[in-house]
Amino acid sequence: MSYIICKKLKMGYEGKVVFENLSFAVNKGDYLCIVGENGSGKSTLMKGLLGLISPISGSIEYGEGLEKKYIGYLPQQSDIQSDFPGSVFEVVLSGTLNRRKIPFYSKEQKSIALNNMEKVGISGLKKKSFQELSGGQQQRVLLARALCATSKLIILDEPISGLDPLASQDLYDLVSELNKEGITVVMVSHDITSAVYHASHILHLSSDGFFYGSTHRYMHSSYGEKFLITDCPCDDCRHSKGGIRL
Amino acid sequence: MIEVLSYDFMVRALIIGALVSLCAALLGVVLVLKRYSMIGDGLSHVGFGALAVAAAANLAPLAVAVPVVIISAFLLLRLSKNSKIKGDAAIAVISSTALAVGVIVASVSGLNTDLNTYLFGSILATTKADTVLCIVLAVVVIVVFFVFYNKIFAVTFDEDFSKASGVRPALYNMIIALLTALTIVIGMRIMGTLLISALIIFPALSSMKLCKSFKSVIIVSGVLSIICFVSGLILSYYLDIPTGPAVVLFNCAVFIVFYIISSIKARL
Ligand SMILES: Nc1ncnc2c1ncn2[C@@H]1O[C@H](COP(=O)(O)OP(=O)(O)OP(=O)(O)O)[C@@H](O)[C@H]1O
Ligand SMILES: [Mg+2]
Repeated sequence: MSYIICKKLKMGYEGKVVFENLSFAVNKGDYLCIVGENGSGKSTLMKGLLGLISPISGSIEYGEGLEKKYIGYLPQQSDIQSDFPGSVFEVVLSGTLNRRKIPFYSKEQKSIALNNMEKVGISGLKKKSFQELSGGQQQRVLLARALCATSKLIILDEPISGLDPLASQDLYDLVSELNKEGITVVMVSHDITSAVYHASHILHLSSDGFFYGSTHRYMHSSYGEKFLITDCPCDDCRHSKGGIRL
Repeated sequence: MIEVLSYDFMVRALIIGALVSLCAALLGVVLVLKRYSMIGDGLSHVGFGALAVAAAANLAPLAVAVPVVIISAFLLLRLSKNSKIKGDAAIAVISSTALAVGVIVASVSGLNTDLNTYLFGSILATTKADTVLCIVLAVVVIVVFFVFYNKIFAVTFDEDFSKASGVRPALYNMIIALLTALTIVIGMRIMGTLLISALIIFPALSSMKLCKSFKSVIIVSGVLSIICFVSGLILSYYLDIPTGPAVVLFNCAVFIVFYIISSIKARL
């Protein structure tokens, strides 16, 4: 049983189809990267996985005890109001809302928030107003918020957009760390090279179809070969000097 | 001040006005941030149409206006979400149509003298029942903001994320729309159809000039709004000018002052 199973998924807006016939699964412990050109429907798919928009047809099923309250989400930056008058702490704390149903934040929720601010290096911004931050700083705040909500699965929509190279590296390290701790990762990214380095599985969306499979298989598929100049990083390939064993 | 309060209608206007100002300011913060501020304007026009029809048909004004405005609030909320129809244009269309209907009904049924009262408000237009209703409304609004503060923050800041976290944004949007509808119907008789939306927009805009956190924006808006109303009411009494416009001008003055302070602060 998988965390998420999508079968023959067709999604779109007001009758306009963005993609169809998409089938794939997210298993416990996976690190799935979703790549594809602008407008291919990556963010739409993320919203589908989160239940924010419903599919036109097909199904998205949760399994293995996955529930909304275990999922953290980092939306694509363009979906956020960057001029919002809220303090950084208020924003990060709102990530803990899926944990408890009572009206006020508990000590525990506050310490989770502080902890995650520490992790993404924004402890010093706690009292700052969200609207006064730079794009990259805002991205980190939203990442901290997503981490607060995560206990089984984290969904990241273009997390490194707006981050400087060091911060991007930190982010990849942080996400890999989480993955090692047992958190399942679904990440949308345009950085295919880093994606194949870190991910266990790749979903490639494009206007004329999609690819879903392990990173190794992706590297040797017609999709992967078109975009990649690096060698397949998986152990099998490195040991057999590029030998293909699918 | 004592003299002002020796009239029953002034006491009523003070209580109703201050409470309506408070409610409008709290709700206004959410509406302005969610880019729904035109909903307030639209609803007041619909309210005007409903009041005119009620008066012409000899029905109890609130019994007609309250349900009509609430239904319109849900409708407008839907419209401004729907990307197919331009939300703001749809609101403008509905509000001018309602205003037109109201004016025609009022003139056909010979209510022309009341028209001015409806459009610009009057502190004489309130009743004891209004006062009670208004106190109840204010208590509900304050309790909602107190108890659901964290959820309101989450829904206002990022609807998608809050929905993904299991908060139900549609529910909170409906609550906000419902309370806004009630605030407008009650407040428009003092402030007038054309001016009530200022109570929703101005305090939020002013406080956002200086406040950095959502909590402080909400608290400062509420306090500012009450201060502006009371000042406007007293000024209008002594200068013998209409109350609604005086309140709006106070709000505008505060906004300008806050705007200047914030630009000076930005330059320091
Ligand atoms: N709210 C919406 N209403 C209508 N159409 C939409 C909406 N959001 C996205 N679309 C359309 O759906 C398609 C897919 O959009 P989506 O945002 O999922 O692409 P994406 O793969 O995330 O692109 P990017 O790499 O630019 O983030 C686009 O053609 C877009 O025009
Ligand atoms: Mg996208």
